[in-house]
Amino acid sequence: MNITVAGEKKDVKEGLTVTELIASENVETPQYVTVSVNEEFVESGEFDTTVLKEGDVVEFLYFMGGGR
Amino acid sequence: MAFTNEQLERYSRHIILKEIGAKGQKKLLNGKVLIIGAGGLGAPAALYLAAAGVGTIGIVDADVVDLSNLQRQVIHTTNDIGKRKVESARETMNAINPDVKVNTYHEFVASDNIMDLIKDYDFILDGTDNFPAKFLINDACVMAKKPLSHAGIIRFKGQLTTIIPGEGPCYRCIFKNPPPKDAVPTCKQAGVIGAMGGVIGSLQAMEAVKYLTGVGDLLVGYLLTYDALKMEFHKIKLPARGEGCAVCSDHPTITELIDYEQPACELKAH
Repeated sequence: MNITVAGEKKDVKEGLTVTELIASENVETPQYVTVSVNEEFVESGEFDTTVLKEGDVVEFLYFMGGGR
Repeated sequence: MAFTNEQLERYSRHIILKEIGAKGQKKLLNGKVLIIGAGGLGAPAALYLAAAGVGTIGIVDADVVDLSNLQRQVIHTTNDIGKRKVESARETMNAINPDVKVNTYHEFVASDNIMDLIKDYDFILDGTDNFPAKFLINDACVMAKKPLSHAGIIRFKGQLTTIIPGEGPCYRCIFKNPPPKDAVPTCKQAGVIGAMGGVIGSLQAMEAVKYLTGVGDLLVGYLLTYDALKMEFHKIKLPARGEGCAVCSDHPTITELIDYEQPACELKAH
């Protein structure tokens, strides 16, 4: 099935969970990433049980603490 | 307030823009922006806002200029090493534009001073380098209903969003709490490419100018990310203001400012 991850179209297996996507995308510090699917935040406790569907738009939002 | 001949000349490239014009330039001259952190983000933002003729610019920083700052903090020069950053920044801003009134605050923001610092300003620009400060600034701006440009940079990446309390999501809607100390690297630990502050800090200045003049669409409800290695910008549409947000929802659970623990290594040198 096709989904969009951080603006890029990807062909992924059916039934992929957010947790599996985080692993396959090599997300840095995965325990602190914020995830949105179709412009809704997914609670981190629900990454395991959130199954992605055809056409889903997934974004990863990262902590960036620098500035000075 | 009529423009002097010198002002007409100085701001001619603004005044000729149909979106800005003489009216917009007057709004800038009457505008008040507070920049928190006179570093990688704050330095370019302060330079552009001073050059643009933002009438009152406050700058907050408790540090002195260090040699390791000069790779990116372009408002300070080698001769400024050892000088208070706010003083060095004020001198450069006034050298560029004597029209600008620069208020300096040689202190770090904390729960006991931030409300007083932000109260007289129209727009707040976060150029700090740590999560406790970023959460504190967000919460204070939500409570005081002050527009805020939030940004962060690390290595070859940067991001920013504009927060207008009540109109769109806040920083805490995206990130509920600061990460534990040292869980996410800082620029001091991980490095940052100097021009990143220039890119993201200039975008923050752009948002301040747009807010003051009322021109265009602000980054409210979006997080704009920039990856210099891929040379890609990505504009992420954020979920609507969270009903469950601890600070900006209609029924907040955070109603007092919090001083999170500051990593010790951050206090010594930036």
